[in-house]
Amino acid sequence: MSMSPDVQYLLRIGDSCLILAQRMSEWCGHAPILEEDIAMSNLALDLIGQARGVLTRAGELEGAGRDEDQLAFLREERHYFNPVLMELPRGDFAFTQLRNAGVAIWLSLLWQRLAESKDAEVAAIAGKAVKEVAYHRQHACDWVVRLGDGTEESAARVKAALQTLWPYFNELFESDAVDEAASAQGLGPAWSELQADWQTQFSALLHAAHLPQPAASAYRSGGRRGVHSEHMGPLLAQLQYLQRAYPGGVW
Amino acid sequence: MSDAAKNEWPLWEVFVRSKAGLDHKHCGSLHAADAQLAIQLARDVYTRRQEGVSIWVVPSTQITASDPGEKGAYFDPMEDKVYRHPTFYELPDALNHM
Repeated sequence: MSMSPDVQYLLRIGDSCLILAQRMSEWCGHAPILEEDIAMSNLALDLIGQARGVLTRAGELEGAGRDEDQLAFLREERHYFNPVLMELPRGDFAFTQLRNAGVAIWLSLLWQRLAESKDAEVAAIAGKAVKEVAYHRQHACDWVVRLGDGTEESAARVKAALQTLWPYFNELFESDAVDEAASAQGLGPAWSELQADWQTQFSALLHAAHLPQPAASAYRSGGRRGVHSEHMGPLLAQLQYLQRAYPGGVW
Repeated sequence: MSDAAKNEWPLWEVFVRSKAGLDHKHCGSLHAADAQLAIQLARDVYTRRQEGVSIWVVPSTQITASDPGEKGAYFDPMEDKVYRHPTFYELPDALNHM
């Protein structure tokens, strides 16, 4: 399938929000306390809102008549372009909050840059998302600090989460021809441009949470190119079930 | 205190200002590990439909309340003191909104 770089660039962003939101929504009814249950559902809904905007715009640029729903629910696994980080299983509460913190720091840097996009639609979506993600970031980072600086159990769990997640963060900063084209045409930054700021801010978080930073990892994954982990299939089966069982079904 | 209660996070009373210029009104309570998280959870629980522009949280233990059992002694005696309402003054016609 040939796809123009601007469409793929936007799908990577929209899919990141969509797939992480799907994982977050697995906490609905299962969070440790009612208040946090509502908080996480709110965050997931913010991400779905961001995904809707970006997928809609990707569909318009693609010009094949696909709307947000068709893009969200009716693609094959290989045609989703989120980094593998987003599709990893929900994990425990520490894993969820640490992933959310890393993603929120990354998304806040990304949305700030996208707010200056030459594409007015993308800039408008980013302008709204910047505020939402600022809160996501605060909430997740506050949790990571409390877990890292909390009980023996909470510190051990967030440490284990860091070990698991660390290699997957690399994919947020890969660069390729798609990024370079998007950057050249002023659509948005090459993701690699965000790495230095992310590293500084994430390191500050780890420091505050008394978490030792793991050694640099050479691991690279392939979600951005449509090559996903074994966890993506079951996630999509659940995400897509209703639309595939009842094609065209709407509210 | 039972073990279960000891393991609970502290309770916070939540006050929300609905818009600039109005006062903060009590809207409920929630459990949170500390003040900062209490503010965040209050934001998610009580302002998700644009109910507020400002939030206060106060540890519930810091509130001293009147005793419901003394409600009669405290409040009933005011029932027949109508003269405490400023309704016996004759107001000039020009004065509105009283």
